[in-house]
Amino acid sequence: MTRALALMRFIGDVMRALDQKLLRDLWRIKGQAGAIALVVAVGVLLLVMMSGMISSLEETRTTYYERYRLADVFAPVTRAPKKMLDRLAEIPGVDAVEGRIQGGALVDMAGQDLPVRAQVVSLPEWREPRLNGVYLAEGQMPQAGRNDEVLILRSFAKAHDLALGDRLAATMHGNRRDFRVVGIAQAPEFLFNVPAGEFVPDDNRFAVLWMNEEALEAAFDLKGAFNEALLSLERGAQVEPVLTAVDALLARYGGLGAYGVGDQMSNRFLSEEIKGLNATAKAVPPIFMGVAAFLLYIVISRMVQAEREQIGLIKAFGYTDVEVALHYVKLVIVIALTGALLGCLGGVWSGRLLAGVYQSLYHFPFLVFRVEPSSFAAGILVSVLAAVVGGASVLRRVFALTPAVAMRPPAPADFSRSGAISDSLKRWLDQPSRMVLRRVMRNPGRVFGAVIGIAAGMGLSSAQLSVMSGFNDVLDKTYGVVDRSDVAVTFFEQMPEKTAFDLAHLPGVIEVEPTRAVSAVLRHGPEYYRGGITGLVPGAKLSRALDKDGADIEMPTRGIVLAKALADILNVQPGGTITVEVLEGRRPVLELHVARIADTLLGAPAYMQLEALNTAMNEPGRISGAFLRVDAEAYPALFAALKDVPKVAGVTRKDDARAAMKKLMDAGAGTMRFVMAAIAGIITFGIVYNSARISFGEQSRDLASLRVMGFSQGEASFILLGELALVVILAIPVGVLIGYGLSFLVAAGFSTDLYQIPTEFKADAYGVAGAAVVLAAVISGWLVKREIGRVDLVATLKTRE
Amino acid sequence: MAKDDTSQLPTFRTRGLTKVYGEGAAAVHALRGVDLTIPKGEMVVLLGPSGSGKSTLLNIIGGLDRATDGAAFFQDQNLSEMNDRALTLYRRDHVGFVFQFYNLMPSLTARENVELVTEIADDPMEVEEALRLVGLGERMDHFPAQMSGGEQQRVAIARAIAKNPTVLFCDEPTGALDSKTGRQVLHVINDINRDLGATVMIVTHAAATAQMAHRVIHFADGAIREVVENDTRLSPDEIHW
Repeated sequence: MTRALALMRFIGDVMRALDQKLLRDLWRIKGQAGAIALVVAVGVLLLVMMSGMISSLEETRTTYYERYRLADVFAPVTRAPKKMLDRLAEIPGVDAVEGRIQGGALVDMAGQDLPVRAQVVSLPEWREPRLNGVYLAEGQMPQAGRNDEVLILRSFAKAHDLALGDRLAATMHGNRRDFRVVGIAQAPEFLFNVPAGEFVPDDNRFAVLWMNEEALEAAFDLKGAFNEALLSLERGAQVEPVLTAVDALLARYGGLGAYGVGDQMSNRFLSEEIKGLNATAKAVPPIFMGVAAFLLYIVISRMVQAEREQIGLIKAFGYTDVEVALHYVKLVIVIALTGALLGCLGGVWSGRLLAGVYQSLYHFPFLVFRVEPSSFAAGILVSVLAAVVGGASVLRRVFALTPAVAMRPPAPADFSRSGAISDSLKRWLDQPSRMVLRRVMRNPGRVFGAVIGIAAGMGLSSAQLSVMSGFNDVLDKTYGVVDRSDVAVTFFEQMPEKTAFDLAHLPGVIEVEPTRAVSAVLRHGPEYYRGGITGLVPGAKLSRALDKDGADIEMPTRGIVLAKALADILNVQPGGTITVEVLEGRRPVLELHVARIADTLLGAPAYMQLEALNTAMNEPGRISGAFLRVDAEAYPALFAALKDVPKVAGVTRKDDARAAMKKLMDAGAGTMRFVMAAIAGIITFGIVYNSARISFGEQSRDLASLRVMGFSQGEASFILLGELALVVILAIPVGVLIGYGLSFLVAAGFSTDLYQIPTEFKADAYGVAGAAVVLAAVISGWLVKREIGRVDLVATLKTRE
Repeated sequence: MAKDDTSQLPTFRTRGLTKVYGEGAAAVHALRGVDLTIPKGEMVVLLGPSGSGKSTLLNIIGGLDRATDGAAFFQDQNLSEMNDRALTLYRRDHVGFVFQFYNLMPSLTARENVELVTEIADDPMEVEEALRLVGLGERMDHFPAQMSGGEQQRVAIARAIAKNPTVLFCDEPTGALDSKTGRQVLHVINDINRDLGATVMIVTHAAATAQMAHRVIHFADGAIREVVENDTRLSPDEIHW
């Protein structure tokens, strides 16, 4: 301890004069130091913001789930008597059990022609729900016995301007009832509200109504029964055995397959989001730190080169190698720490902004952006590390300089070994171009570093932008090519085939295509997927399965067609056989051979021929919904008519789904483009500005000579900026390559079984990133060119280097 | 004499040429009203202690710096009224510079260093000829790092004369060289004055150099103390350092 103190005091004493030099040096290179600090700052900002966002989201999720007792296991069932709840509670590992009634409803909103598909959820009377509680934002819970009172989901209330006391009508099981809004609520199971079969949230079209159990018992004819069991587990209990036990108990009541909270839709979207953030937080900051280390390396090595006389002098005074080296290390650390500090502040600031976005997107009742102290520490540590790595490689040279050598002027840089320019090439190059080319060939490492640095920044940006534009492809392909219907209608339960033909008589309907969806677990070896099978009619035209060339896949009379994502999850090829455990009806277990793979971007569907599916289910002639092609002018009449068709569980207009998606994309797209362009721009600026300043330092003499010889300022600048132009020109194609490579990783990172992002070459993405690089290069070039104008020609030429 | 016939005009005339660096109490008067005429084709040596103003004069009439007051004419052109662009063209077309520290481009060979000038000059000589004039015909494809100090300085001279300059300015051309090499360099400068007819102005501390000049101008405290015209000039070989 005392030795450390003594050392500190010693350093404090001997370094005082050098510290003065340090401050002045920093001031002298403030432009360069600032550019490097900026690169460090952006890296740390992203690190702090993202790791803070991740921990905030995880912590908020945990707190929210715990506070409102989100279940660990969800077990939907057709109809089970309440006494089964006691049996469920006896399963080893189960902590608490709650039974509830939930189902679909159509909410009739005044002024909206299309009924909104809603989820209705029962609340126990006289007590709090044991599991899946609700957060009451406004108003009160429905009173016992008041079966016309409902809570509505806050985001939906906001989207439709609903307030306490407002009335709305909902149709459940064909019965229309009026309700009064007594409370506005949120719940952890409805964080990310995606209408069924879509993948972006749409507050406008996602409604949840909570009401008294008694009201729903009547509506769904479930007196003394429940159709969803919720279970919480004891700490440390395994989910899988519980699922198996629950399925076994509920099988005879029409159990639809219990699933863990990990498969719960809203939770899954949130988990995917956190996963994506995690990947970005790991991938992006290192690029910035690498670039910062490279920049510090070139700046400090130039500084040591330029100050060799001073270093010799200081050593001649008796300073040790370590003391002198420490001086330069301190310089890089001051730059890195300044950047890191800025980055921490910026990270907290931008994290708060981002938290606001997440809170509204995910409907958390609270979301406090909080950065773990370890994130700050990590940010500061990696910046200092990058700085030291960048600086340390130069220190060797400080050590190697002896006082006498240091005070002799260096010989002219030797270009005789820089690689010969062939005579044929010489004919095309004037002397200034040869100077540029020889410098590049003499410092290939530096040029390579600069090219890679800029290319990495550009690649990162273009990959993100290109994947974003890939989202648009999902949209176009899904809604324009795969699904060509205008309206999708779903029924509460299996209906006879002729129902589809009833729909054909509704106003404006041009074409009807029946379909059937059954939920099932698909297994292949150890892999399984909880999804469903869609039955398609032969020669389907409105909703189709397409192969990767975009050609229709004709449904085979036997076998199953899997979406690419599903085949990947199950690890099965065409010709393989999968086991399908149907979760409805008689719950048959089918062995089906995989006939084809469909190139579907949305979801992970499996397709069969409708008749084959019905045969397998032993339920001939049944459908669960239909796709309609509709005359656009007849929409109001059609929707009015659909409101009166019994058993309709939902009506989706494709344009709404597409518009919701488009809205989300457009809202994010502008910001994303800006942020990504800024990232590419900052890295480019950092590299180009610093390289230019350093070339300027090294060549100020040459530039002055050229000016004296009668070269204009523009002609002289060419020597300096030509090299940078070359670096940028080389960096852009490399950046495109890196971006293209990265886009596969990013797309894979973003793709889930919910949706797959195609990776294609997106010229516009590379254009935006490339333009940012060029713009940043032009600005840095202009800044340095301004300084050439200020050179004192004579003074430069009369000093020895 | 026709206005555009500049052949018989003196190369330089200055009237009350003044240069002040800084302001107020910190002001340094580098030139205090210098009147001077340099006839065409002469070799002129400027002598004087450090800070006496000789380099400042060279910089102003060489188009590298501007006077605070007074006028400087190159033939019939008033340098004091020229903007940056015009001064750049003046240097490009008429002036060759040689400095103490050669200032060659390390990334270009001897030949290419000279070509740098011939590529932008109006009526340059052949590159090979310029290098032969300075005795470097054999080492044209060497880089500066592969040459001795004297060789580098001779390349610098070749570069300065390759444009066929009207005037050649040499600021301490032998300052960094030993006496033998310095003498070689002075020989080259002497030949250029004699054979090409360029006006040569040399700033130096080496008083002996003055013996090879047509005219010697002594500077002190920013003013001309004395101008001496040599009746007999010595060749560089006869000069004792």
